[in-house]
Amino acid sequence: MEATPLPAQMTAAPAYDVGAIRAQFPILSRRLYDDRQLVYLDSAASAQRPLRVLERIGRYEREQHANVHRGAHALSAEATEAYEDAREAVAGYVGAAEPDEIVFTRGTTESINLVASSWGGSRLGPGDEILLTKLEHHSNIVPWQLVAERTGASVRFADITDGGVVDLDDFDRLLGPRTRVVAITHISNGLGTINPVRRLVERARSVGAVTLIDGAQAAPHREIDVAALGCDFYAFSSHKMCGPTGIGALWARREILEEMPPYQGGGEMISTVTVDGSTWAKVPHKFEAGTPNISGAVGFGEAVRFLHDVGLEAIHEHELALTRHALARLREVPGLTLFGPVEERAAVFSFTLGDIHSHDLATILDRQGIAIRAGHHCNQPLMDRLGVSGTARASLYLYNTVEEIDALVEGLAVAAEVFGGTGE
Amino acid sequence: MTDPTSKTPAPGKAPIPDRAIPSSLNSLYQEVILDHYRRPRNKGVLDEPTHSITMNNPLCGDVIELMLRVDDGRIAEVRFEGRGCSISQASVSMLTGRVAGRTLEEATELGQRFMRLLRGEETLLTDADLGDLRALAGVSKFPVRIKCALLGWNCLEELTDRDGAKSDAGDVE
Repeated sequence: MEATPLPAQMTAAPAYDVGAIRAQFPILSRRLYDDRQLVYLDSAASAQRPLRVLERIGRYEREQHANVHRGAHALSAEATEAYEDAREAVAGYVGAAEPDEIVFTRGTTESINLVASSWGGSRLGPGDEILLTKLEHHSNIVPWQLVAERTGASVRFADITDGGVVDLDDFDRLLGPRTRVVAITHISNGLGTINPVRRLVERARSVGAVTLIDGAQAAPHREIDVAALGCDFYAFSSHKMCGPTGIGALWARREILEEMPPYQGGGEMISTVTVDGSTWAKVPHKFEAGTPNISGAVGFGEAVRFLHDVGLEAIHEHELALTRHALARLREVPGLTLFGPVEERAAVFSFTLGDIHSHDLATILDRQGIAIRAGHHCNQPLMDRLGVSGTARASLYLYNTVEEIDALVEGLAVAAEVFGGTGE
Repeated sequence: MTDPTSKTPAPGKAPIPDRAIPSSLNSLYQEVILDHYRRPRNKGVLDEPTHSITMNNPLCGDVIELMLRVDDGRIAEVRFEGRGCSISQASVSMLTGRVAGRTLEEATELGQRFMRLLRGEETLLTDADLGDLRALAGVSKFPVRIKCALLGWNCLEELTDRDGAKSDAGDVE
């Protein structure tokens, strides 16, 4: 992880009260099937939302809704203020120089599509190369394949080591004067690998490539400082960071955004429209065609304020403790193979158990109230590299407890029993 | 990091009282199913099949290739290749044991009955023609897994449809 200086007030942080955190997430007290307590270990797919986010969205919908940037009446002004206030909160969360460097999108996927389509579509040509890694989520692969097909550019994949980290030699080997874009994940959704983003960005810049970081799994968990990372684009999603679905953001420096052509055309994104042609609104509005997801943005803004109030450093410490516990407990499980790095890893645990298929594991855990994800995690090139068709994945967040990890381990014992052993 | 004195009990601790296996799981993962999963019947490549198809389930990545040799209108030999969960692989393994000797239409009709069994039609539990496929009846309590149990049968249905289309075209000529 990039070393960001600790804010002074964090040095004397009070003890992390996970019970008090959990009390803010009503869904965590759900009971399922035959009265099993929900154990939610799927936050890498989507995180749960605290009351204050739900209430903020409710207040917007009940009291403040109108269309934004039309300004002709009080509600419109209030909605616009709430929407732009959320932009400011999100900008502050990732250390943007100004709120206008944040473009609201539908999420990480749309953020990457926006860059691939607008920047890539206007700048790439035959012979140009786009460098990705085998850790990437499909959303950081397919948009590049689409633009490559359109422009004649080609997509290359840096290999990873057996330990699940980017193979720096292979990355360097593939990086060259033809490399125009380097797009890499900050934290792998499949393995929990934390990429040395700053170093990779530095190398990419040395050949003049533009860099995009997929921050979907990092932004929820770590203090992000886009200036310190040195990248050109940073993409992330609200719903993985305690906010609503259908909203996310793209950060980019103003100069780059200004040079890029619009992504979609429509209302909100124009300056003037005549029968002969149109001119574009200023950034970021140039990239926000149509009426935006206003309540989503408002909820997103509240979510990043919530995370900031809990404290990213405190969340990180809590997750480190959970990770240590999980690694120790999972190692004790007979027949369990854990994928990904041992050190420098996020609280995402991808594993197989004997010859039990990941979907069978997920079903057996589910009936005990334990929610995990199974399958390829939108990581098919990674699964191919690991030589597996899929894995079971448990992912943790600020509201998870060591007891829930213990419940998972007990649940895995039940799975082994159902299958009459783990084929060891 | 967890505060044991916090007022809200940490879910996961108290609420899972025992390791009792939920009965729905025992009825889903019956021994005969696990046996077909671990020792699949008729798995392998069929030389010179008259019919073959590969289908996958993009959501979970399960994949099955079904290969048939149809002789005189009846299925003489059937093999499959594939990978996936115990339900999809056991179901296709059982399929290979039930369709030999039938016409494609008869085999597909058996598949229709199997599908009704998966949808919870209990009278089919006494349908001896379904054989060990009846062990998969527990899937009915797991709606998201029904598509797993049907993957091999979807292959068969598609092959039957194509065969029908081919002979229809032949009739026209």
